[in-house]
Amino acid sequence: MERFKFILFRPLQLLPVLFGVSVISFVMVRSIPGDPVRLLLGTRATPEVAAKIRAQYGLDEPLMTQYFLFLKNLFQGDFGRSIVYKTSTFNVVAERIGPTVFLLTYVLVMAILITLILSTWAARRQGRLPDVIVRSYSMVGLGLPTFWLGIILIMQFSIALNWFPTSGYGESVAENLYYLFLPAVSITLALSPVLIRNLRASLISEMESDYATAARSRGMSENGIYFSHVLPNSLVPAITLLGINFAWLIGGTVVVEQVFSVPGIGQLMISSIFARDYLVVQLITLVVAIAVIAVNFIVDVLTAVIDPRVHL
Amino acid sequence: MRAARLLLSVGFLKNNNLTLVLGIFLSVCWVVIAIFAPWIAPYDPIAQDVARTLQPPSFAHPFGTDNFGRDVLSRVIWGSRVDLAMGLGGVFAPIIIGCTIGLLAGYFGGIIDTLLMRFLDITISFPFFILMIAIISILGPGLMSFFIALALVGWVSYARLVRSRTLVLRHSDFVAAGQILGFSSIRIMFRHVLPNAALPVLVFIMSDVVLTILLGSSLSYLGLGVQPPLAEWGIMIAEGQNFISTAWWITLFPGLAIVILALSFSLIADGLAAQYKVSE
Repeated sequence: MERFKFILFRPLQLLPVLFGVSVISFVMVRSIPGDPVRLLLGTRATPEVAAKIRAQYGLDEPLMTQYFLFLKNLFQGDFGRSIVYKTSTFNVVAERIGPTVFLLTYVLVMAILITLILSTWAARRQGRLPDVIVRSYSMVGLGLPTFWLGIILIMQFSIALNWFPTSGYGESVAENLYYLFLPAVSITLALSPVLIRNLRASLISEMESDYATAARSRGMSENGIYFSHVLPNSLVPAITLLGINFAWLIGGTVVVEQVFSVPGIGQLMISSIFARDYLVVQLITLVVAIAVIAVNFIVDVLTAVIDPRVHL
Repeated sequence: MRAARLLLSVGFLKNNNLTLVLGIFLSVCWVVIAIFAPWIAPYDPIAQDVARTLQPPSFAHPFGTDNFGRDVLSRVIWGSRVDLAMGLGGVFAPIIIGCTIGLLAGYFGGIIDTLLMRFLDITISFPFFILMIAIISILGPGLMSFFIALALVGWVSYARLVRSRTLVLRHSDFVAAGQILGFSSIRIMFRHVLPNAALPVLVFIMSDVVLTILLGSSLSYLGLGVQPPLAEWGIMIAEGQNFISTAWWITLFPGLAIVILALSFSLIADGLAAQYKVSE
């Protein structure tokens, strides 16, 4: 159990990062162009009312005090009010987070499957046609813009063939899977090249390693070597890379939600920016940052579970 | 072909590095197109022509025309200026900031290293794209905001890369020699350590250009980057999206341009890595 100790200590190491995240969030709100009180009250408010509100929100305090007030509000779950939706920003974001989480999970499953299949196909036929195809895809795919890919998929599969809806989210889980299929495919096609390049390379180097040769000389079948030794040994770097790319993945989701009008937090963020609803933008940034930190923590735990040599 | 043979003869390409040659060739083509856009483009990229709206590709308009009757080919050609500028200009500030931070952290170590790396951890835990969008939402959309936002968040990878190289290099003999000769730390870092870390940085710059082009065009697509009526590929795709059922050509060609431009730099990155055995 020695190696699981870090599951307890690792969150402590995250404290400075969380502190930094909160500072950046605070700075973001403070850098909002224009006077927040004017934004709240409109231009017709008298100076007395404005001063009262300013005192009420602690805006007349020194910056340090304001930061601690901001922290206090965060811990109390008070994230401010949305000027567009006229309700707490927390509710606004909570309502829209479902489709985004669904889409992210969908993409993760799809990307992992495709990466495993294509990397295996390429690595076990190294230098032959399948390998050439997969390598070309992983080369061209690095530069695929997700939003363009999404539109091309809509043209082909929604408009020309009429197989999939052009936009929306659907009601039931089955409908969600159906509505989000094209969005998930467009992100997957842009994400998987990085993963495939990495997994293919480590598969090949593991296949040529001494222990694989030893297993071959003992008469073990290629399939046996592949599934019980080569693949498990190649998974750790692939999982680490997937963790690193999670942040990229969220960026991809924002763009693709816009293309397919998926009612998730990505679309909410973009519309809030144009509506100058800064507190919503700030909360989404905060939520996403915490999600990324959490995912990277999970990745650390996973790699330690898979590979006993990993100590953190 | 002659240029390729010339390169081979000077020993630049040891093992017939086709990837690198192709990448450099394509990139040079794009640079030429961008520089000579006013002479290459057959039409004015923003001149509207109501008599020729939404025309499919033809001999007069190889890539068709858009809803304002603007020639899509000319807009793609002019767009290469903006997208190349975004890709090449966008990596500039991150390189300088990232290399400096990486050098300082790796060379001095100790408390400087710890502080800078904590700062890096915080920046890196924010998703890049979301942070960029958030910064641009405060600064307002536009090319300048794009560059500023990139400078604020794009340096982390360079800092990591240079720091890890510097950690190794600072114990090498030439650094010790420089210290004994009384060179200033700045001189040792920038004149001696950095050049020795240049190759992996160069490889990374090439892949970073690809990412930056994708980032810039995505932001323009969302309306947060370059603003219309300027011809930029992301904007063209956004405008074409309204006509996907009637005029596919408005969307298809600018996207292909992004893919090919990105591919050129990916090929250079791969070619360089293979040429000099740099692991990514």
